[in-house]
Amino acid sequence: MFDKYMIVEDGFRNVSENGRAIGFQLNTRLPYYRGLGVSMVEDVSVTVDGQTFPREATTIVLRGRPMSLEAMETDYRERWEFGEVGTVLVRKEGGLAPGVHQVDLTDRLRISYLPFPLLGHDSKQLVLK
Amino acid sequence: MATQHHIKRGVSLYSLQEEYFLRKLDLEGCIATCARLGALGIESIGEQMMPGFPKLPDAFYARWHQWMAHYGTVPTCHDMFLDTKRYKDRLLTDDEMIESIKADLRHAARLGCKVMRVLVSVKPEMVERCIPYAEECNVKMGLEIHSPFHFDHPWIMRYTEMIERTRTRHVGYIPDMGIYVKRFPRVMRDHALRHGATEKIIDFVCQAYEERVLPDYVIFDVGLMGGSEADRRFAESLRHIIWSNPRRMLEFMPHIYHVHAKFYDMVDETREYSIPYEEIIPVLIEGGYDGYLSSEYEGNRWIQDAYPVDSIEQVRRQHVMFEHLLATR
Repeated sequence: MFDKYMIVEDGFRNVSENGRAIGFQLNTRLPYYRGLGVSMVEDVSVTVDGQTFPREATTIVLRGRPMSLEAMETDYRERWEFGEVGTVLVRKEGGLAPGVHQVDLTDRLRISYLPFPLLGHDSKQLVLK
Repeated sequence: MATQHHIKRGVSLYSLQEEYFLRKLDLEGCIATCARLGALGIESIGEQMMPGFPKLPDAFYARWHQWMAHYGTVPTCHDMFLDTKRYKDRLLTDDEMIESIKADLRHAARLGCKVMRVLVSVKPEMVERCIPYAEECNVKMGLEIHSPFHFDHPWIMRYTEMIERTRTRHVGYIPDMGIYVKRFPRVMRDHALRHGATEKIIDFVCQAYEERVLPDYVIFDVGLMGGSEADRRFAESLRHIIWSNPRRMLEFMPHIYHVHAKFYDMVDETREYSIPYEEIIPVLIEGGYDGYLSSEYEGNRWIQDAYPVDSIEQVRRQHVMFEHLLATR
């Protein structure tokens, strides 16, 4: 549910530090009908043009606060609210080349009343300027 | 025409989740929408439309009550969840569960709700332990009878046994009308077709559903027919969709606090495609039900991949149908 809204079209860009591209970011929402404590967001996996980036390279930013996926696992206060647009930041030396990219996003959520993890997936072509 | 009754109309804001998710409506906009449709009972999900829940500031509750007064609406029910899997390596302890449920009861009371929806997966022992606190809060805890459960399911019977044993007046039921799906929902069928299922097999499954064949038989047959992965998934969805007898509600009526008027697809202003409200509402009237029919639109997830979602129009149509079915001489 809400899978098609996971990748937000706006906000796909390279991220620079000291004038050098160190990765890229895109905006995203959770594919679920209520907000969740971030400890129950088990994984957010980004694939660009068929290349899946490692979990360690991925950071989630909510309301300006960056968190590694690992730190989220034991954060019992922060919530990712329903429909809230967060940012996923992926470290990749040099960033991505300008132009069209095929972006895939897969979320794995731990929903207490479901016996299995809830998987969400979205795939969109985004233009990096 | 219906005989005299005291059934009221309302909406669970769950119905407007698509518009809220996309920030086309905010919480106040959702409430105003219900008021405009004449559906004055407001059911809400803290974790959905009240960011910061369960730690909401006093100012939030003050604003909530201002909205209720301004729009002439009434808080009916708060829908709780219980994150038993909050920790990756262990389940919540019983005491942690009790704390979580108590926080929900406090929230329900502060909203002014007389009823709190208890998620069907919550253990009855936990709810029983919360009875004294529910009494203190003056909030009744209604177990959601949600498909594929039904009133006579062994899990639900554990609640019934507890209610009878304790003689509590603070634990009862919230039947979700999704337990009365008489015909396979068209929106789910079409969704499966768009996602790789085979028309011949879809027709077979829908026909079997109408003939009330046991899901396991249908799933096995779909395998023999050489169904694809999408076909198999579609057949397995039968495990979660049920038709049961609406008249079973009569026996439980004194403990029915609230009704989730689930729907997927209002074809027009007179008919839900799969749930026969014309068979259900007379039973509620006969049983003297005097709570709310609280709309729960859940069609969005089945159409959003292909069509724009208009939850407001769907809810509007359902309420025109309700007005008609509830009209008295």
